[in-house]
Amino acid sequence: MGKIIVEVMLKPEILDPQGQAVGNALPRLGFSFAQSVRQGKRFEIEVAGEPTPAMLADVEKAAEEFLANTVIETFVVKVEK
Amino acid sequence: MRVGVVTFPGTLDDRDAARAVEYAGADAVSLWHGSDDLKHVDAVVLPGGFSYGDYLRCGAISAKAPIMKSIIIAAEHGFPVLGICNGFQVLAEAHLLPGALTRNADMHFLCTDQTLKIENNKTLWTNGFSVGQEIVIPMKNAEGNFNCDDATLNELEQEGRIIARYVGVNPNGSRADIAGITNKRGNVVGLMPHPEHAIDLLTGPSKDGLTFFTSVLNAMVK
Repeated sequence: MGKIIVEVMLKPEILDPQGQAVGNALPRLGFSFAQSVRQGKRFEIEVAGEPTPAMLADVEKAAEEFLANTVIETFVVKVEK
Repeated sequence: MRVGVVTFPGTLDDRDAARAVEYAGADAVSLWHGSDDLKHVDAVVLPGGFSYGDYLRCGAISAKAPIMKSIIIAAEHGFPVLGICNGFQVLAEAHLLPGALTRNADMHFLCTDQTLKIENNKTLWTNGFSVGQEIVIPMKNAEGNFNCDDATLNELEQEGRIIARYVGVNPNGSRADIAGITNKRGNVVGLMPHPEHAIDLLTGPSKDGLTFFTSVLNAMVK
């Protein structure tokens, strides 16, 4: 069984109130490392066998059309080793 | 005239939308998301709510429903479509309208009577208003922050496709105070606040919302 990962992030110019809220909470909890936080999504897709190039092309298409909204988001498709 | 009201899983305002359609003098026809049958309606309302629990992105899964395939084809030929709140999000996700609705800038869920200024009365859904008219209708959302790139915003401004803007303090961070927009043809309108909740003083802050529904009747019956 193989696993394909799709990670989706809001584009840098799109306001991310969720990430900001998390970033503002960290110092209150005593964590002082963060200059800023942005929150995204990760899809873990299990497939039968090793992902083929054709399958990856299909995942790209699904990400472009559905998993991400490219008006406001970017995505990357990866194969998990 | 027959106006369809679509129910998706998690739609909340389909009954109020149907009631508004009937107040305006048309027949409301229930349409189901899982069917591609538009039942010979003359116009469609995509009502508000939390279809699919806002999973993935608000309106994203509903935008791929079988009924939307029929609505997209019809809308491209001038068929009137009004998307309210979650319906607006569905229209943006279906690319019938540009841009996207993102989280409110201040993180709050808004629930308020909102003043809007009408800026375009040439669309099928706004022809009963006058330009510059201020109306008060309820607004309730957490993802009403309209976003688009600069080129799209310029196009919307130049072509007069911003149908309504928020008056006073921008409630959610929307670009250019945008509350609603239309497509190039003026048959598809998306609006974040809820006109269907403002059709009777018994239940709403005004009757201003009814004009969206009487507008489409005027346009189609002519």
